[in-house]
Amino acid sequence: MTHATPLTRRSALAAIGAGALAIGVVTPGRAEGNGMDQVIREALAGARATPGRVHVDLPALAESGNSVPLKVMVDSPMTAGDHVRRVLIFSDRNPRPWIATMSLGPRAGRAEVGTNIRLNGTQNVVAIAEMSDGTYWRDERNVEVTIGACDSLALRF
Amino acid sequence: MAGSRVRVPANAKRGEVIEIRAMALHPMENGFRFDTQGTLIPVNIIHTFICRYNGDEVFRATLQPGISANPYLSFTTVAQDSGMFEFVWLDDEGGYETAWAKIDVS
Repeated sequence: MTHATPLTRRSALAAIGAGALAIGVVTPGRAEGNGMDQVIREALAGARATPGRVHVDLPALAESGNSVPLKVMVDSPMTAGDHVRRVLIFSDRNPRPWIATMSLGPRAGRAEVGTNIRLNGTQNVVAIAEMSDGTYWRDERNVEVTIGACDSLALRF
Repeated sequence: MAGSRVRVPANAKRGEVIEIRAMALHPMENGFRFDTQGTLIPVNIIHTFICRYNGDEVFRATLQPGISANPYLSFTTVAQDSGMFEFVWLDDEGGYETAWAKIDVS
């Protein structure tokens, strides 16, 4: 008795190759991405943010994602000619990547803003500062979140 | 809206950088929650916060649902003249909250 489609070495390798290709196609570089990079590109109108000058202060571990204290400090003299115009805050795992925009000016005296944010699980938080000369600077911080803001909603109801 | 709390130093020297903290009581409904009947609670967040110092805007924040309930904001400004700080919060349902704080600059 002969098999209708004999399993040859060639067909086996082809099948393995096709399988590997399929896995490669369905798994993007950033698993579980929320499109943060695209949102940042649009927010910056195509400009690039250089790492540096910005410092994000976040706890390394947050027990609850419902309220995580965030502080952003930007290295800037805050004069009329050289100041921070805006501070943008993004997250790479929240349902909505853009968290907040703070507008300040030379009257701020110091580029230092703080707030409490919601985080849906362990992820990176990105802060971008827009300077008065049109340049963008960024910093990124990873936060480990024990119970995400959205997880605890599911538990509540 | 249910109220707010602001913290502004009562006295400052001219030119001093002062820290201001402001918080409004607001649920910041993010549009992902369901009520006990299983219907989706619509988004209702404070989308804008403005701080004016003697009428001039010194700080503004545009907020998204990623900001915690009872949104807290801290920022700084240079003390220039004695006068009033005015704080305004605006939410999606047309609600607003205002607060005032006096400062003496010497």
